[in-house]
Amino acid sequence: MSWSKQEMAAYVAGLIPKDSSLNLGIGLPSLIANYISQDSHIMIHSENGVLGVGDSPHPDEVSPTLINAGKETISTVAGASFFDSSLSFGMIRGGHIDFCVLGGMEVDLAGNLANWMIPGKKITGMGGAMDLVNGAKEVIVLMSHFTKAGLPKLVAKTQLPLTGAGVCTQVITDHGHFKPRGNSFEIINLAEGVSEADCKLPS
Amino acid sequence: MNKKVFTSAKEALFDIKSGSTIMSGGFGLCGIPEKSIEQLSQMDIENLTLISNNIGNSGRGLVAILKQGKIAKAICSYIGGNPDLETRYLDKEIEIDLVPQGTFSERIRAAGLGIRAFYTPTGFGTLVAENKEVKEFDRPCILEEALHADFAIIKAQKADPYGNLWFKETARNFSPLMAMAAKTTIVEVEEIVELGQICPEDIHLPGLFVQRIYRGENYKNDIEFLKTSEQK
Repeated sequence: MSWSKQEMAAYVAGLIPKDSSLNLGIGLPSLIANYISQDSHIMIHSENGVLGVGDSPHPDEVSPTLINAGKETISTVAGASFFDSSLSFGMIRGGHIDFCVLGGMEVDLAGNLANWMIPGKKITGMGGAMDLVNGAKEVIVLMSHFTKAGLPKLVAKTQLPLTGAGVCTQVITDHGHFKPRGNSFEIINLAEGVSEADCKLPS
Repeated sequence: MNKKVFTSAKEALFDIKSGSTIMSGGFGLCGIPEKSIEQLSQMDIENLTLISNNIGNSGRGLVAILKQGKIAKAICSYIGGNPDLETRYLDKEIEIDLVPQGTFSERIRAAGLGIRAFYTPTGFGTLVAENKEVKEFDRPCILEEALHADFAIIKAQKADPYGNLWFKETARNFSPLMAMAAKTTIVEVEEIVELGQICPEDIHLPGLFVQRIYRGENYKNDIEFLKTSEQK
């Protein structure tokens, strides 16, 4: 049994220390916001210009001008602030954000991350990912363990265009929690019922 | 001062021509200049360069003029969620310059503030760094140049007749930066208030950077992904 998206999000939430600042990427990582408890005083940053992202809003309190980077409606916590994109990325590039969690297409043994294009086939653009991986103090990748075609996304050497070189320190997939260590992926934790062989890790 | 206040989008956008470079505010559909985009879609112009984070999204916003073939070049950071743009790019019908979002916003800010270029670690070791000067500081950084435009079309919640602006929540994003970077900044607002009615401490962008203002009506303020929770 591999982890569900909710279990993955809850697992990552558990890795973030109290009082940290945390940027959450588009898609899977945005689920993490729902597993951060208010009394942890973790301030969630979203690069479109808000520090202090809260849970999804009550239907009576939805505002079309209050969204996260995934363009989903959000609420804010007490102490939240709004700012323009330059200041928002200044927080990132200036090293003021403790953790960022973002999605991935490939992570390799050296901690290289690719997540913005498949040449000739698909292009999402890098958005804020290149700034985040170079600016946040720690970069965590949260992604499915295999591609839709069944290929492992933890690889010996990235083939896709890079988002950042040697930037990723931890990877959480539906199969477990891994750290790129240069010549291998260290297994920190495996989902219940998942074996090391199931992970098809590069050697 | 009242010379800045125009009565309609049509009046305010009168001198945008084919070949113009236009910055357009908004993140996804949040804070986009709906009425100015509508006006662009009715104007007989082409060969535009658009500088905007997403160039519309989910078939809306700037996608209207993209589909009309008016955009020759797009400078943006993110295409995900904009299949109309992705398809045209993969079919080589449009030129796209993809810029990391923080570099994108800082290049625009730099243009407005007289900074010619800056070094940033963002993009080093990636395709973004190709053909760019690299300099070693605490780590290798690439040289990125300021990004200017002929026009900025942006939306704010409130303006006074001098053009002092106040933005709502996360609708601010790139708009005040674009207002500083363009030769002519055209702002549409939901509300025009008297001078002095926006408290000086609360002004997000001083009117010095704004050339034209008009009030729009019947804003859609589209939500892309409605997410709610029953917990209060």
